[in-house]
Amino acid sequence: MNITGMDLTTVQYLTDFSYIVAIAFFILSLKWLSSPATARRGVLVGEIGAALAVVTTFFNPELVHFQWVLIALLVGAIVGIPLGLVQMTAVPQRTAMSHAFGALAAALIGITEYYLRIPNITKFEMVEIAMEVIIGSLSFTGSLIAAGKLQEWLPQRPIVYKGQNYVSFTVLGAAVLAALILVFSPTTPFLFPAMVVISLLFGVMLVTPIGGADMPTVIALLNSYVGLTAALLGFVLNSKVLVVAGALDGSSGFILAVVMCKAMNRSFTNVLFGAFGQLQVSAKAVQEERTVHTATPEEAAAILASANTVLVVPGYGMAVAQAQHKVREMLDVLTKKGVDVKFGIHPVAGRMPGHMNVLLAEADVPYDKLIEMDAANSEMPQTDVALVIGANDVTNPAAKTDQGSPIYGMPIIEVDNARTVMVIKRSLNPGFAGIDNPLYYIDKTMMLFGDAKAFVSSIVKELTGGGE
Amino acid sequence: MPEGFISNLYVFLLAGFLGFEVIRRVSPLLHTPLMSLTNALDAIVVVAAIIIAARPGTTLSEILGAIAVAAAFSNMVGGFLITDRMLRMFKLSGRKKP
Repeated sequence: MNITGMDLTTVQYLTDFSYIVAIAFFILSLKWLSSPATARRGVLVGEIGAALAVVTTFFNPELVHFQWVLIALLVGAIVGIPLGLVQMTAVPQRTAMSHAFGALAAALIGITEYYLRIPNITKFEMVEIAMEVIIGSLSFTGSLIAAGKLQEWLPQRPIVYKGQNYVSFTVLGAAVLAALILVFSPTTPFLFPAMVVISLLFGVMLVTPIGGADMPTVIALLNSYVGLTAALLGFVLNSKVLVVAGALDGSSGFILAVVMCKAMNRSFTNVLFGAFGQLQVSAKAVQEERTVHTATPEEAAAILASANTVLVVPGYGMAVAQAQHKVREMLDVLTKKGVDVKFGIHPVAGRMPGHMNVLLAEADVPYDKLIEMDAANSEMPQTDVALVIGANDVTNPAAKTDQGSPIYGMPIIEVDNARTVMVIKRSLNPGFAGIDNPLYYIDKTMMLFGDAKAFVSSIVKELTGGGE
Repeated sequence: MPEGFISNLYVFLLAGFLGFEVIRRVSPLLHTPLMSLTNALDAIVVVAAIIIAARPGTTLSEILGAIAVAAAFSNMVGGFLITDRMLRMFKLSGRKKP
């Protein structure tokens, strides 16, 4: 669209310049995200940068027909706006879907470039395109499977079979082999589409065996793959704005994945190929009856009201029960009674990095009430009541004491160091990973059996009724 | 070796290190918005998709390009929207919502 009458070189310079400005804005955007005080400004500069880059792209005189682009932009907006308005409980699956879209876009562009460039494609270009398309395709289907698991359209438990890792690696090997043949003979019939299909299949096989509790790491890893795909696409198209945006996205996903793995004391390989929590389930059937102390909402409310300090430890169960709004009401009532309430957030609580923080923020819990695991643990000995809501493995003392436990070595929120522990839980059934939690059987622990939302709401009722 | 490969490699390396240093400082409190914001920024691949879809090419390139435009643009719109929504929810004590 050469509406300005400028010549090609001038337009090229202007486009390049606007892309450089966009990149600068993107970096500022991430820098300002470091603190909640400046974070919204960060989103604004990011939007300006992205809008600038998109608008100047339209001045490219090579572009001749816009009808499909405009329709596609409209479709993108129609799909994107509802995805931007989902509830905070649905953010993990929304994020997985957006990884899938990002990977799809990048993979499709790579595929198109292949068909536009053959038969005159160089070996080097073929290597770049093949890498880009393989990683993009596997991230696409992998993210779709992750989203399906998080939405519970697919079972959350790991789906495994014997020799799975060998089969998966053979499939990946086949994709790499196809890529190698294409490098030397780029026009081999059907080989390129075969490579795409095999990569799509590998994405499914990569994520299907991974269980729900490992989703924080998997989402972060897929995020970093999607970034890598975009960066590779930047190499294919010789576009520095893509290289930078992809490198930023890729390093972000990588950092988050490392944080998540550290918080579980596990390695990438173990998360991806370990099928966590599969083998222990059968072992827990034989165990002697142990006594637990239970308490009613009235008793729990009385103890909470007479405490000076309360630390709430939320987990995925709170999100499932949609209890966060009731928890905020409890926070308000207790604060009014002079109780100091804080929330201890384990890095892998929930289904994606930072999941608990956005859930509680949505329920209007001020973020200065949210403290990280290390701070929570150092305050624990002075804490009167630790109230665990829907969290299990992240509070399991076996991680510190029982060398035989599958989660041994995982850093936990040490609620057993508080003076009293209360655990809201549906039943004594072990959590996702099927690991027994000795916390429930110690003397200072009170089990509050019931639905998290219903139980917290009974506590709130007691607190407001009894306080008059 | 295609034109620009080495300079792209420089850019990739520097942007990777820069990203690492900048993102390392993001508080765990904001890890979810971080992920949705980087998704939205990554959706800049939409510019490449626009060029493919609107440039004279083959029917295949125009169709795949248009799908890529829709996929990437939905990420851009949805990603910025949800990031801003999430960040608006983060408040300090004593500042009640209106």
